[in-house]
Amino acid sequence: MPEFEPVLLARIDKPDSTSLAGYRADGGYEALKKALAMAPDDVTAIVKDSGLRGRGGAGFPAGVKWTFLPKNHPGPIYLCVNADESEPGTFNNRILMEQDPHQLLEGIAIACHAIRSRTAYLYLRYEYGRSFRVLDKAIRECYQAGLLGKNILGTSFNLDVYLHRGAGAYICGEETGLIESLEGKRAWPRIKPPFPAVEGLFGKPTIVNNVETLCCVTHVVSRGADWFKSIGVPPNLADKRDLGSYGPKLYCISGHVNRPCCVELPLGVTARQLIDEHGGGVWKWRRAKAVVPGGISMGFLSADELDTSLDFNGPLKAGCLGLGTAGVVVIDDQTSMVDVLANCCRFFAHESCGQCTPCREGTSWMKKILDRVRAGLGRLEDLDLLQEVAGSMGIIPGTTICGLADGAAWPVKNALTKFRAEFEEYIRSGRQSISASPELMAAH
Amino acid sequence: MPVLNAELRARIQTELAKYPTKRAATLPALHIAHDALRSVPPAAIEEIAELLELHPAEVFDTMSFYGFFRDDKRPLGKHRVWVCRSISCMLRGGEDLLAQLSRRLGVAPGGTSADGKVTLEFAECLGACEGAPCLLLDDECHMNQTEQSAAAMIDKL
Ligand SMILES: Cc1cc2nc3c(=O)[nH]c(=O)nc-3n(C[C@H](O)[C@H](O)[C@H](O)COP(=O)(O)O)c2cc1C
Ligand code: SF4
Ligand code: FES
Repeated sequence: MPEFEPVLLARIDKPDSTSLAGYRADGGYEALKKALAMAPDDVTAIVKDSGLRGRGGAGFPAGVKWTFLPKNHPGPIYLCVNADESEPGTFNNRILMEQDPHQLLEGIAIACHAIRSRTAYLYLRYEYGRSFRVLDKAIRECYQAGLLGKNILGTSFNLDVYLHRGAGAYICGEETGLIESLEGKRAWPRIKPPFPAVEGLFGKPTIVNNVETLCCVTHVVSRGADWFKSIGVPPNLADKRDLGSYGPKLYCISGHVNRPCCVELPLGVTARQLIDEHGGGVWKWRRAKAVVPGGISMGFLSADELDTSLDFNGPLKAGCLGLGTAGVVVIDDQTSMVDVLANCCRFFAHESCGQCTPCREGTSWMKKILDRVRAGLGRLEDLDLLQEVAGSMGIIPGTTICGLADGAAWPVKNALTKFRAEFEEYIRSGRQSISASPELMAAH
Repeated sequence: MPVLNAELRARIQTELAKYPTKRAATLPALHIAHDALRSVPPAAIEEIAELLELHPAEVFDTMSFYGFFRDDKRPLGKHRVWVCRSISCMLRGGEDLLAQLSRRLGVAPGGTSADGKVTLEFAECLGACEGAPCLLLDDECHMNQTEQSAAAMIDKL
């Protein structure tokens, strides 16, 4: 296969990759000009034809989502840019914002034209201070150059873009949690329906899209739907529900590799290729024991499953929850899966918003059970108990409002099916990787 | 004497223009107060509520949801250092780094050094996993940290 020429990351190494002048010198804002010369619905049609699927985790087709907005709505219609990026193992949105802010702002403007929105809010996790400063400057440049504000590029199109900083809560990445948080409330995800496209921010029709999705929109408009479809994995025609995995994707590689990095590749690279060809191989001449395919919510691939294609279908076939964010985390063969799983469970126990009992109680009990195991006090029945708790929480069993619970359950399910022998051995050995704290002892 | 001075109030007022409801400026207002006062005392909650035409309980409700904000019983030091403890950092020594800094500063995560200079915190994934283990100093990320590099950075504060 010839070397893939990056598109989304094409400019990030340039010395002035963040300036408007540099962006324009590279042909920036030509796609917006092209889009503004088209009717909004025609722009949506191109995005729909391209097969672009959301990059934020759920993989919903972007153009299709845009068509869910009510027709002839008097407005306002809002765009919320999801820049809360908090899924452990994921950092591509940060690179896009810090290194090429205008590529994102152009995508935002094109999307707003398509969905007839005049106001976009970019919900940025607080921790991304550098992204905030880079975007803030880029937005100012746009207002000065007539690329934001009134009569953009001499047309009748008006648009304001506002940055809104979060306050350190993972659940603000869930689209309705994000909306509640933007409205100034606790980030409690809403029961759906109504979906945001019908009733979202401030009760108005709202589209929520991820940063990378919107960056793709810029290139889909500039190069066309066919170009986008020439990259990636087409759908399996025997499966009517398969929507394909088109386009370039930013894969994040971290954990036990020699060269952790973010690379742009056509959708469908395998975990093994990512590790060996892009991550510099597993560190310390070790082997991979497990790989997180797309943020910890997606579960684990075992060492036997490294040839899984990381497109929208591959991880599912291997029993994972999905492709997720394509944040790949490599775990070497000297690491205990008991410790890794405990780390995942602690994350979700900390981040559950607490609205749904199965999630609030389930995440914290899974953490407590693993703490007990790691204190050398585990019992083999604990593994069945973990499976039972994990199996009873989430949208899939139908017991929770949002997908955080499914994401909390999945690493547990995968670890206990794919690595059960290791958990049993750990418990039988009576080893401990943490000390039994007094409150733990008192808990049973 | 109000706890929010004229400058802070003016900054909160500017935020209001961005949203169709005043309530939407709750997080921006809390950030402005919290950053300047190193906590959000009850008087600040009341003043924010007045500016946003909310009940103080509504502001407090939102504030209490986000573990990020401190009340005046646990004010922040001059700087805040967040050490990531999530998976990619944990695999490359993040938990050890947190323990080392904890010992060095003589505080548990959440605590503030005796000289009031640094509040140490654990963080969940900072979105900088390619530079694990990493930490956030206020809102700037520092990657590939060791106990020595982090200590040198803190000493310079
Ligand atoms: C618990 C949870 C956390 C999420 N966090 C994020 C996030 O940080 N960024 C993101 O873009 N999407 C996140 N999502 C997915 C969003 O709900 C939503 O599907 C996405 O922003 C839609 O944009 P897209 O279609 O462009 O991917 C999260 C979902 C859940 C259930
Ligand atoms: S599933 Fe968990 S995070 Fe999602 S709304 Fe329910 S309690 Fe909150
Ligand atoms: S796990 Fe530490 S930055 Fe992502």
